[in-house]
Amino acid sequence: MPPHHGSAAVATALADAHRREWAFVLAATVRVTRDLDLAEECVQDAYAKALTAWATDGIPERPGAWLTTTARRRALDQLRRADTARRLLPLLLDDDVEPGPEVTEQAGPVADDRLRLIFTCCHPALNPDAQVALTLRLLCGLSTADTARAFLVSEPTMAARITRAKKKITGARIPYRVPQAGDIRERVAGVCEVVHLLFTTGHTAPVGDALVRRELTERALDLARLLRTLLPDDADVAGLLALLLLTDARRATRTDAEGRLLLLADQDRTAWDRAAIDEGLALVRFALAGRPTGRYTLMAAIAAVHDAAAHWEVTDWARIVGLYDTLHAVWPSPVVALNRAVAIGFADGPAAGLDAVDALADEPQLAGYGYLAAARADFLRRLERIAEARRAYREALALTSNLTERQFLEERLAGLPGG
Amino acid sequence: MAEYLVLIYEDEAGWEQGGAEAWAQGMKDHMAFGEANGAAIKGGNALQPTGTATSIRSNGTVVTDGPFAETKEALGGYYLIEAPDLDAAIAIAKQVPHRFGGVEVRPVMVFDQS
Repeated sequence: MPPHHGSAAVATALADAHRREWAFVLAATVRVTRDLDLAEECVQDAYAKALTAWATDGIPERPGAWLTTTARRRALDQLRRADTARRLLPLLLDDDVEPGPEVTEQAGPVADDRLRLIFTCCHPALNPDAQVALTLRLLCGLSTADTARAFLVSEPTMAARITRAKKKITGARIPYRVPQAGDIRERVAGVCEVVHLLFTTGHTAPVGDALVRRELTERALDLARLLRTLLPDDADVAGLLALLLLTDARRATRTDAEGRLLLLADQDRTAWDRAAIDEGLALVRFALAGRPTGRYTLMAAIAAVHDAAAHWEVTDWARIVGLYDTLHAVWPSPVVALNRAVAIGFADGPAAGLDAVDALADEPQLAGYGYLAAARADFLRRLERIAEARRAYREALALTSNLTERQFLEERLAGLPGG
Repeated sequence: MAEYLVLIYEDEAGWEQGGAEAWAQGMKDHMAFGEANGAAIKGGNALQPTGTATSIRSNGTVVTDGPFAETKEALGGYYLIEAPDLDAAIAIAKQVPHRFGGVEVRPVMVFDQS
């Protein structure tokens, strides 16, 4: 008698398999169908079948292998029955090799298929928005509706974006392949960018009342871990995973019990996730050995300095300013310059910080950026230039739509003397 | 294998200001590109400047002087190349000389004959 499982156990196993195995199952099925839509259809069908099959036959030892076999079998069936219309559809370009062995183990040659899928979703010839959408949809198995919600667009808009990207993949013949050695660094950088964007979108939702959209940050962490498994020698990938871990480690303390934003200075550092920090620190060490040092590695190193300080007061600000200098050299973005200016304010005092922030006032990319005004306001408050601080807080409020951040700024404004 | 059209968009002012030196260099660059990628190149041409262009709109009734769209970088030439996939096409297109602008890669539409 096969073990019987309650529906709750099956649902849990299925949800787990969805999160862990979706990319694996889909990537292996695409090798059979050479058509993303058909592969998605077959994988969805396999997950639907699992719901009943696992309830009667028991949860398989290797759910990923079960799902892959089921999805591939369905794909072969569909292909055999395929009408002419389907056969005339342009196929995804693959290396002309067999679609991989029957899946019996989780690792092995098929593991590569996930890399193919990643590089296809994050191909630079696709619009960045589409890269993110495809990644969520094909690698994480998120529904179009959820993907649309995550990026604050309507479902039809997201569906159109995904359809258009899939059409370009076949129409322009974007290959389902791991790029060649000469292109790999640039292409990995593109993949890292997509994962980082997912994380930051979840970490600080630009609009809305939940500061951390857990779903997105978790998916981004899963993807970064997957990349690290698939590309273990890549320093940039290690740097990215380190950055996500070291940032996410402080997740629990970013807001207080009432959901109000807490600054690094006010967070309870004993509540930080030690395991994540230790893992992140080890990864930073590995990544810093890579040359040239990448953008995410430097950002991770900055996060590491914060995470390593037992108290806010002992933060090594000089080191942070130095890291921002290096980061600005490899990634000369105005936002990096602003963060550097803020760090100067802590290293050398609020007057120096204010000077550094004001030097960026004419930066067109920072116009309309709430953090610039918020940083100015904070330095002015510490310099006891109250009237100017009040103006700057109001300006920051006008530019901030995140409710948690607004609440923080309002409290700071109300807390000014004579307020 | 598939065919891609690589369209070269450049600022014509660059060529005008560059004079004979720019022309000689451009000629040399394109010759070198042709030698390096001979097997993949199915065709190609340089076009006369947009000052010579004539556009026809509204069902062929309105004939106007000038290119279809006035842009800083104008279509000035093209290569028709053959490549197994977009990555290979991009690798070739990156080598197409484009010192006063850039190139656009477009897959050629295939019509099924069966």
